[in-house]
Amino acid sequence: MLESYAPILIYAAVVIGFAVANLVISDLLGRKRRTIDKDRPYESGMTPEGSARVRLSIHFYLVAVLFILFDVESIFLVPWAVSARALSEAGVGPIVFAEISLFVGVLAIGLAYVWRKGGLEWDR
Amino acid sequence: MEVPLPLIWLVKIVVIFGGLVSTAALMSLAERKVSAWMQYRIGPNRVGPFGLLQPLADGVKFIFKEELIPAGANKFMFRLAPALSAAPAMLTMAVIPIGGTVVLGEYSIPLSIADVDIGVLFLLAFSGLSIYGVILGGWASNSKYSLLGGLRASAQMISYELTLILTILAVVALEGTLNLRTISENQQHVGEWNIWTQPLAFVLFTITMFAETNRHPFDFAECEPELVGGFHTEYSAMRFALYFLGEYCAMTVLSCLNATLFLGGPSVPFWPEAPWFVGIAAFCLKAGFFLFLFLWVRWSLPRMRFDQLMRLGWKVFLPLALANLLITGGFIAFGAH
Repeated sequence: MLESYAPILIYAAVVIGFAVANLVISDLLGRKRRTIDKDRPYESGMTPEGSARVRLSIHFYLVAVLFILFDVESIFLVPWAVSARALSEAGVGPIVFAEISLFVGVLAIGLAYVWRKGGLEWDR
Repeated sequence: MEVPLPLIWLVKIVVIFGGLVSTAALMSLAERKVSAWMQYRIGPNRVGPFGLLQPLADGVKFIFKEELIPAGANKFMFRLAPALSAAPAMLTMAVIPIGGTVVLGEYSIPLSIADVDIGVLFLLAFSGLSIYGVILGGWASNSKYSLLGGLRASAQMISYELTLILTILAVVALEGTLNLRTISENQQHVGEWNIWTQPLAFVLFTITMFAETNRHPFDFAECEPELVGGFHTEYSAMRFALYFLGEYCAMTVLSCLNATLFLGGPSVPFWPEAPWFVGIAAFCLKAGFFLFLFLWVRWSLPRMRFDQLMRLGWKVFLPLALANLLITGGFIAFGAH
């Protein structure tokens, strides 16, 4: 069982090695001649004004929270999706379907609420 | 002679990883070649025949370029972020079955790096990780364009990830397994391809691929007229190349996943007992079609606006994907399979 994951570990080592090697190689081989102007953040030729560590729009935060909500929902849906066929063949299909409809229904109401409240309007 | 199992693993890893990176490199050439073809230009044709060695020349140039790190950047994160973006995209390839099972003498070798029962979950988990590379790279640069680009990219990727998961779950519900090999083996005949039973999921998934990889018409993370280069504005040399490698790898993996889930993976239409190498060729053709679609769409459709993208994701795709999943569930529950 667990040995089927061993190739993934080796592959992960190869991939991470490849990525890190790329970073190191260009650090070692690239030329370095730093000047003040080169070190400035690029702003289309204007002199950068202030720091870029600015406060973020609440929209991005809201989207992230909504994402977590629905992502957790989809995780709960995974076990159902895997076993739906087997349960249906065991003769309990309709009741399982009723349960999952209720579950998705509650979240659909949640989505409708956010929608109604304008949480999905980006350009508000 | 006994061939040790790790050796077989190693050969598969080298072949598949090599194939993935070469595909990504060739995509960087195809991007320019197809663009040129669609605009009546010639495109790169100086390095090697038809410019085929151009990616190699680019790679050498990237390695010897100067690495710029803007003043005020978070140096550690700035250096690490490209690897954080590229590595998960490459890792997801581990569970994709690129072909059936090869029987060589007494060995039967399944053609994927790992044949795990949670393949779909593994893929979703790791493809979700690549967001960190994007948002950390954007934030660590200490540049306003980068920050906005990174934020946009992450908002877009997480919004469309929901649709991605829900459409995949519809297929999983039909197949009753998370194992990608089983899913592709269940579609031997062209009539069993999931595209016939899940047409809506197929369309949603295909469009979501574009949003997930920040490709045209959803490339807000790097839309040049607004944000210069987006989250990788400040990157140069090999780190810049790593971001692109990661993007092309993500495109390749999603194309492969689309072929596996909906188009039967390595199954050849009307020839179910085709030998394994024909299966691989069929798989590459299907995945290649989606890769070409990325470029085709880029030169055919105008870029959307960011609010349109968010509206499409949350108000159209998410409800559609949910409804599709429920209807699929209904069909399964009431015995119409």
